[in-house]
Amino acid sequence: MPHPVISARQLTKTYGDFTAVDAIDFDVAPGESFGLLGPNGAGKSTTMRMVGAVSTRTGGELSILGLDPNQHGPDIRSQLGVVPQQDNLDQELRVRDNLLVYGRYFGLPRKVIAERADSLLEFAQLTDRAKAKVDDLSGGMKRRLTIARALINEPRILLLDEPTTGLDPQARHILWDRLFRLKERGTTLVLTTHYMDEAEQLCDRLVVVDKGRIMAEGSPAALIREYSSKEVLEVRFGSDKNAEAALSLAGVGERLEVLPDRILVYSDNGEAALEAITRLGLEPITSLVRRSSLEDVFLRLTGRSLIE
Amino acid sequence: MTATTSTEQDFAPRRSALYAGNTRAVIHRGFLATRSTNGLVVLSGFFEPVFYLLSLGIGFGALVGTVQTSTGQEVPYAAFIAPALLAVSAMNGAVYDSTWNVFFKLNYSRLYHGMLATSLGPLDVALGEIFLALVRGAMYAVGFMVIMQVFGLNLAWTALLALPAVLLIAFGFASLGMAITSYMKTFNQMDWIAFIMLPMFLFSATFYPITVYPEAIQWVIQALPLWHGVELVRGLTTGALSPMMLVHVGYYLVMIGIGIVFTTSRLRALFLK
Amino acid sequence: MSALDQTPAAPLTAQTDAERALAAGIAPRRWGSWYVAEHRLRGMKGYLPDAIFQSFGNPLIYLFALGVGLASLVPQGVGGVSYLQFVAPALMATAAMTIAANETSYPIMAGFKWNPIFFAMNAAPISPAQIVNGTMIQLAIRIVVTVAIYFGIIILFGAVPSPAGWVAIFAATLTGLAIGAAQASYTSTITEDKGQMAMLQRFAITPLFLFSGTFFPLEQLPLWLQPLGWASPLWHGTELGRVFSYGLQEPLWLTVTHVGYLVVLFAVGLWATHRHFARRLNK
Repeated sequence: MPHPVISARQLTKTYGDFTAVDAIDFDVAPGESFGLLGPNGAGKSTTMRMVGAVSTRTGGELSILGLDPNQHGPDIRSQLGVVPQQDNLDQELRVRDNLLVYGRYFGLPRKVIAERADSLLEFAQLTDRAKAKVDDLSGGMKRRLTIARALINEPRILLLDEPTTGLDPQARHILWDRLFRLKERGTTLVLTTHYMDEAEQLCDRLVVVDKGRIMAEGSPAALIREYSSKEVLEVRFGSDKNAEAALSLAGVGERLEVLPDRILVYSDNGEAALEAITRLGLEPITSLVRRSSLEDVFLRLTGRSLIE
Repeated sequence: MTATTSTEQDFAPRRSALYAGNTRAVIHRGFLATRSTNGLVVLSGFFEPVFYLLSLGIGFGALVGTVQTSTGQEVPYAAFIAPALLAVSAMNGAVYDSTWNVFFKLNYSRLYHGMLATSLGPLDVALGEIFLALVRGAMYAVGFMVIMQVFGLNLAWTALLALPAVLLIAFGFASLGMAITSYMKTFNQMDWIAFIMLPMFLFSATFYPITVYPEAIQWVIQALPLWHGVELVRGLTTGALSPMMLVHVGYYLVMIGIGIVFTTSRLRALFLK
Repeated sequence: MSALDQTPAAPLTAQTDAERALAAGIAPRRWGSWYVAEHRLRGMKGYLPDAIFQSFGNPLIYLFALGVGLASLVPQGVGGVSYLQFVAPALMATAAMTIAANETSYPIMAGFKWNPIFFAMNAAPISPAQIVNGTMIQLAIRIVVTVAIYFGIIILFGAVPSPAGWVAIFAATLTGLAIGAAQASYTSTITEDKGQMAMLQRFAITPLFLFSGTFFPLEQLPLWLQPLGWASPLWHGTELGRVFSYGLQEPLWLTVTHVGYLVVLFAVGLWATHRHFARRLNK
């Protein structure tokens, strides 16, 4: 790996007795798209705030662009773009004014800001909304404006905390497309998400976090290869009968996961597993064969579902 | 928030679209909501006129001595302003309750939309809100009159009648305030209400007789509601009864009538489209 | 897409990254407070016409009510000057206080909660202290402009006998800043709106307005109420304004005390607000 732009060693954050981030290690290479995948409360946002140089770490080492955020917060932040979990646009200003005002915070000349604001509005597909009030924008538009604002300083690293949470599917796809373009241009992306499809779409490499610790690390494909089978068979026997049926299924596939509403059978060949079940004389109400996803990886690692 | 949620899909035919005779439900919700908010905030409203009385009545009063009322009586300065402060606090309380409070419920919490989705009619809601404003006003008024009694500022037994007079004033402002609020769209417009109330507060014979102004200005002041309220209450607490007081009472009765008709038709226009 | 195309595609080494960051950090470190002030002034654009109208309307209303109306009850004047001359510096200081009280109540709470721009500023290279300082700069500008208009109207009423009267503008501004910083140090700690703003208004700002020797000399109050005035920044600010506006006779040490009290209150308020902002933004 070339010189990492972010490097964390034993990075720790505690609030009183509660340990939000528990001695984690990771590196992010320049131009890489790096994801933190985990359920709510896993410590993703806390990690992001420490990387964003606005939250002081309790322990360990952290270096961003070769600088220590404890001493160089403002300098580091001059090179970051931040898209927080909750939009914090200025609702009292209009769309374009939000970009103009924010650009000033980086000490940029007004002329440069004005030029960038126009091209960023275009990038965010908000040109015709330049004079609109922030309040009148849809959730997806606000998100895109927040991303445009985060790009006003042409950041080396773009931090995105749950970029598409709460958006409808269409808005999510527009946003993914924009983020993918940034990635193609070589911007380093660091994002948190609890959507595995998002992580699979956007991340070159990711860490799975739970309860402040890193459970696994790798590319989405590698993680699936390592922690799951090629395919998954989902079968339902009815709410009260799943557990009972699972007893008879022992030996089918490589591994079983019994959830309250269904049983997951991990196997490289889902159809074959289904045939094996039928041969046992069991008749599931519904059955579905699908590819393994990061959700399965997470389930395997933590015994819990990502979205609860 | 008891009445807002569950009944939005209640399309049962209304007994009367305007009035269902169920103002009680609105009042009940109001009491519950008050109980769950900060009681100290509600209580604090009582102190404002008391602070004014202490400051101006004692401090400024020491510079002034006595003042001549409109009926020619010489009274101590504190006894001159105390009834005015009583009328002003009735106005302020009623205006606050019927403007800011209603504005918020109308445009932000959308409480009325929920209420009117039930069998309640706009008039139930309007009367309920006004009644709540009056209860609050009455509590403040009674408290303030006790203070006046302690300081010896109730100069005659007729001061007892100041209580119903204060309620009349509050009723007038509350009913008109609601109607005006129904036209308001932004917080900024709401600020203007305060700005317009300021001169009325200062000029309506509250702190000094209006005889200092030229006659033309006096006519303007006498056309405004607060002056009638101040004169009415002052007449009662100083015991200087005069036939003019019937005019003051009449002014408020008309104001209440107009306010209710106006508010109801506005609410109907807004909600029963 | 010109701006985006400039993003370097080839990764730089960590060394040059750090150098770039240190260079880019210089301007925000130096000027950050002014960027914040600029932002907040821009935020006023929406209600600027109303603010201007009211900065002319309020003085007129108060001067007519107090300077003409209330003055008719005190024909002898106060302390050797007319009642209007006596009350004018108090009105200026009160106007400054009112603006400070408004600007440091909901706007501070909103910046953390309903319109959380403070977090956005802090995610850019702006420090918590710079956010506070920028807010104070904007407050100072707003107060100076409003009070200067007030002063102009008072001049038209002929209520400023002393040639040094204009210094009262700065006495009032200092008063507003001291009260603003003190109030901000409290409002920056509020996380839940339980009516604290109404309580502040009723139990702090209104009593300050009424018991600070504004409408009448403090000595007119009973002895047990007078300490309220001595503790009141508005009293110190008003008396200071009177010294310049009409040459109020008081010992020099007392004038120095007025200035000192206001400066110390401002400094302590600012220091506490810095701390509260830093704690709240650095989660």
